[in-house]
Amino acid sequence: MSVGHRVTSDHQLARLLQIGIVLEEVVEARSYHHYQSLEDAPTLDPDIETLLEHAAEESAEHRKRLEGLIEGLDAESIPFEEIKTLVEARYGGTEPEDFDDILYDQLCNEETAYKFYDDLIGALRASDATFGIDRGHLIDTLVEIREEEAEGVEEVTKLMNTR
Amino acid sequence: MNTADQYVKAIYLLQQMENGPASTGALADRLDVSPASANEMIGKLESRGLAEHEKYKGVTLTDEGIVRARDALQTYCIIERFLANVLSVSEFRTEARELEPVIDDLVAERLDTIIDRNDDCPDCFDPETDACCHLEISTESAETEQSAD
Repeated sequence: MSVGHRVTSDHQLARLLQIGIVLEEVVEARSYHHYQSLEDAPTLDPDIETLLEHAAEESAEHRKRLEGLIEGLDAESIPFEEIKTLVEARYGGTEPEDFDDILYDQLCNEETAYKFYDDLIGALRASDATFGIDRGHLIDTLVEIREEEAEGVEEVTKLMNTR
Repeated sequence: MNTADQYVKAIYLLQQMENGPASTGALADRLDVSPASANEMIGKLESRGLAEHEKYKGVTLTDEGIVRARDALQTYCIIERFLANVLSVSEFRTEARELEPVIDDLVAERLDTIIDRNDDCPDCFDPETDACCHLEISTESAETEQSAD
């Protein structure tokens, strides 16, 4: 066991990025699922619809960027399709209670993703290890993704406050 | 999971294994830190009311420390189950130990939504095998992981 925040190998880094991909899958699947449930809702809320559509698109984009980083690392790949199926299956049977429930769930997803990238960036900066990909590019990419998650948190909070 | 949580979890498991206080030496070995570092952190845990240290006997968690340790163990169990069941990692114990310091409780809670965790968690955790008892540990992966420790 290692005590302290450190990322020291390609393998460990790849695993953490894979966890990031799963978190993005969760955001994407839940946003999509909630978006679908809105179509049957009696009163369509255009603001929430736009927010969820944007969240799903952004998560898909983040996932692709993370996949791009993993490709450059010396690590085994994981079955993404299986994970996608698993995540979607998990949320297929859960229905949000109401719009506030959807927003709260979205807020939790965005906050969790933000915290994850923030911790990962901190662990990378605390380590002087070299990886199979350029360290500067790696950290820059993660910082950009983290900032987009922060904007996501802000957007959901703003929408929650106006309701 | 922060450093204090890793310590209280390790003390909790050692207390179970030793059926009494956890010795500083065993704690340092388990966490792969020097006895001096372990002593320093034990002092911090004492000042936070999470543990009590008795000279020549060892360290014991307070009730508050036990609550904190069980939460940390639950987070660790989520990481192990996620690696084993979602990412199909055979050496999930080694990897869970590596990832533990970087995975926050909030993140573990989200990962928990896609795994099947048993109701008895964290009592499902076996300190001897360092794994959730509901996870299958193959002989090959157990040997590889022990030699890697």
